[in-house]
Amino acid sequence: MAGITLSNVRKTYAGGVAAVKGVSIDIEDGEFIVLVGPSGCGKSTLLRMVAGLEAITEGEISIGDRVVNKIEPADRDIAMVFQNYALYPHMTVYNNLAYGLKNRGIKKEEIDRRVREAARILEIADYLDRKPRALSGGQRQRVAMGRAIVREPKAFLFDEPLSNLDAKLRVQMRIEIKKLQKALGTTSLYVTHDQLEAMTLADRLVVLNGGQVEQIGTPIDVYENPASTFVASFIGSPAMNLMEIERDNAQWHLSRGDGLSLKSELEERSAILGLRPEDLHIVEDETQLEDPLVLSLIVSAVEPVGAESYVHATLGEQGQEVIVRAPGKQHFEVGSVLKVAAKREKLHFFSSETGKALTSTGKLQPA
Amino acid sequence: MKREHITDHLILILGAVFMIAPVIVAFMTSTHDAVSVYRNGLQMTWGGHFSDTYSAVLTEAGGFTKEVTGFTMLKNSMILGLGFAIGKIIISMLAAYAIVYFRFPLASFCFWVIFATLLLPLEVRILPSYEIVQGLGMMNSYSGLIVPLIASATGTFYFRQFFKSVPDELVEAARIDGAGPIKFFIDILVPLSKTMIAAIFIIMFVYGWNQYLWPTLITTDETFFTLVRGMRQILQVWIGAQIPETNQAMALAVLAMLPPVIVVIVFQSWFVKGLVESEK
Amino acid sequence: MKRVQFADPLMPYMLLLPQLLIVGIFFIWPAAEAVRSSFYLEDPFGFGSTFVGFDNFTDALTSSDYASTARFTLVFTALTTFFSLSIALLLAVKADSVIRGASTYRTLLMWVYAIAPPVAGLIGVMLFDQHIGPLKEFAGLLGWDMQIGVNYFDTAFCMIVIAVWKQVPINFIFFLSGLQSVPKSIQEAAAIDCRSGARRFWTVTFPLLAPTGFFLLIINITYALFETFGIIDLVLKGEPGNNPITLVYKVFLDGFRGNDLGGSSAQSVILMLLVFVLTIVQFRLIERRVHYN
Ligand SMILES: Nc1ncnc2c1ncn2[C@@H]1O[C@H](COP(=O)(O)OP(=O)(O)O)[C@@H](O)[C@H]1O
Ligand SMILES: [Mg+2]
Repeated sequence: MAGITLSNVRKTYAGGVAAVKGVSIDIEDGEFIVLVGPSGCGKSTLLRMVAGLEAITEGEISIGDRVVNKIEPADRDIAMVFQNYALYPHMTVYNNLAYGLKNRGIKKEEIDRRVREAARILEIADYLDRKPRALSGGQRQRVAMGRAIVREPKAFLFDEPLSNLDAKLRVQMRIEIKKLQKALGTTSLYVTHDQLEAMTLADRLVVLNGGQVEQIGTPIDVYENPASTFVASFIGSPAMNLMEIERDNAQWHLSRGDGLSLKSELEERSAILGLRPEDLHIVEDETQLEDPLVLSLIVSAVEPVGAESYVHATLGEQGQEVIVRAPGKQHFEVGSVLKVAAKREKLHFFSSETGKALTSTGKLQPA
Repeated sequence: MKREHITDHLILILGAVFMIAPVIVAFMTSTHDAVSVYRNGLQMTWGGHFSDTYSAVLTEAGGFTKEVTGFTMLKNSMILGLGFAIGKIIISMLAAYAIVYFRFPLASFCFWVIFATLLLPLEVRILPSYEIVQGLGMMNSYSGLIVPLIASATGTFYFRQFFKSVPDELVEAARIDGAGPIKFFIDILVPLSKTMIAAIFIIMFVYGWNQYLWPTLITTDETFFTLVRGMRQILQVWIGAQIPETNQAMALAVLAMLPPVIVVIVFQSWFVKGLVESEK
Repeated sequence: MKRVQFADPLMPYMLLLPQLLIVGIFFIWPAAEAVRSSFYLEDPFGFGSTFVGFDNFTDALTSSDYASTARFTLVFTALTTFFSLSIALLLAVKADSVIRGASTYRTLLMWVYAIAPPVAGLIGVMLFDQHIGPLKEFAGLLGWDMQIGVNYFDTAFCMIVIAVWKQVPINFIFFLSGLQSVPKSIQEAAAIDCRSGARRFWTVTFPLLAPTGFFLLIINITYALFETFGIIDLVLKGEPGNNPITLVYKVFLDGFRGNDLGGSSAQSVILMLLVFVLTIVQFRLIERRVHYN
């Protein structure tokens, strides 16, 4: 077992595409790190550099205390689970698991012990003699996991391993992967574009955007204190409401149109205000409120999802959309006026130039 | 949605008759004796001399030529068909493997050199090819028959296409599993290509068996004649004869088509798949 | 090619060596030799050769012999291609539409692919034979006194019939697989949009088959130009006389019978250019095919 250190890692592809632009992450032994970000942001590239499948253009990667930049994938002591599983189609499940061990010259009895143990843990013992073609998607996924486990590697690398499964199975496997990782205690680096998967799995999240780290932190920390508008809108569903605001003396208003009343000691002339849908509560009588923020909205659509409803409403002249999370039982009339308020500690402010988070006193938060 | 129309069937039956009738006539004629064919023309019915004709063409030298029996020609055809198919598969698989799975400076140059062979069918370089093979002393030999034919690009293209369609992740997984280039080729790529190999084998066997121009040029010694190459000699002997042995000529034609036809019919689905897929 | 490639310094060359060696010796070298000797006049008695520039080309291109051969080749190619494609398309469409016996029809219509052109030629020659040929007899009943090997037109007719017969199966295979790969949903949508089966064919199915058709067009042209050598050789029984021959056959005749090395080479080079153009077109089409799919 070992930690993984990436220091200032860069990747420029032969065509000149800069896929990873200076990433540093310290992964502790046994930690479950999830790399999350939109498609094309360089997650796979980063992971594949750790695996040794992609040359490192610049920077250094170490696994344990060993710099692995020049080391072959097979000698890095890692195991990888691919999105399409990459099972050897002509080999039985047993041989799929055993192949890597055979190549390392491990004794037959030991191979057999490890394969059967992994098969038992993953509940695929009944399929050991089948070819991958005769397995369901979920079973193939388990075999791919099994192939990683039998290696008893220093680290697991996962590249969107659940993307090819249907929604229900994905949730189930997500939990199993988490349990398994905790039981084995193996350092894991997991790539996904699904923020929910990222939140539920990670000890710490690494949010990537355009080949750069936007934020590193525990899921709750990232959720509650997003370091930038990018993170704010990427993590959480429905996404955080963002609106451009300007200051006139002590009074803040929307850059375009009205419908907002806000008191804040922020010093900037302009900023971006972020509000999570669940932090907005519906108020009947605004004059009584302690809350510093009140929005006056017009309901445009309602999405009831059972326990709660997402109310889509418009604000201001530009008709900017705001989503409010309301209790499921409440009824809303399309076209009616809706007043919502939020507490001070629930307001997020971002610099209108850089998109980075501001504290309420106007300083940039230390990232 | 599909509905049966009687005219559809009629057209198909007509088409099938168009395709089959000539071969039926050839076969039926081969079961008659030479004299009755000479008198009555080609035959559409069973003539009862099947074993006479076929044992004559297979075992008797001099039925048509002076030195070679049908059996020897059959053997030569088999050697050409198998040698060509096997040689081509091995050579082109290795080359395609190098082109698809290796990073090396001259990769695209090598690819273009092989590609260039598509521009140079035998027919446009007949005379110099003949002279070169003659100069190398490869006239009237199996190697002279087979080797120059197996280098064309088709097989390499088939395998290149196929290798490109193999998911990238497989070689990545194999590398993490500690397989080097040779291990990957033998343990994973070859087994994965089994169907492809079978399909190409069938196509190439038929192609090799049916070669005509090249064998015509470089085999002058009758003991190296293949059945297909022999067609021309058969016809010449037939023309020159007083009572031409049409039955035997037809028997040799039937023998010349039998193995490739059987292979194509028996392995129809592989063959069609190989043919159609590989052209993409 | 692959995202991850092996980076062994020697192995790729070793893997490529056998093929490159054969390509070099049996393809590049003779082709270069053909190009070289197309600029020389070989002494018929073997006393060296003289450089004559483009003389061989102008001689070939201006001779009436060459012109008539080229004209016949064009007609032969056009007719063979047209008939083998249309017959195959008709049969493929029908084979795709019937339910009963579909696989039997498919087998019956494709197996002739396996027959070598000269074997087809031999059987064809017999069928059209002056004394024993049933087809000659049949033509006689219609008042057509067929004289294969004597009459230019009759000989050409015979060659084309055999060439078409031999080529229908491969076209059939490609058309049928093209038809079968038209997604069922498109056929169903067409059935809802359009009542007339014929109209449906020409407005929906035919355009979807067009890429296959273009591709086959090239294949067929190449076939008619080059691969019919065996058929022609058998129909002519090795005695061309005044009978029609194709350009490829003429290269062979001039080189091996006429001992006109320079002229034969010049003709080879002209054919090389033709193949070059055809190959370029073919690759363009293959690219297009990929996009269509
Ligand atoms: N082999 C490659 N060659 C060139 N560019 C590549 C290659 N692989 C990925 N890229 C580019 O690098 C960027 C990051 O890709 P990737 O790491 O696959 O993103 P992600 O996994 O986050 O979706 C993308 O812009 C992609 O187009
Ligand atoms: Mg990816």
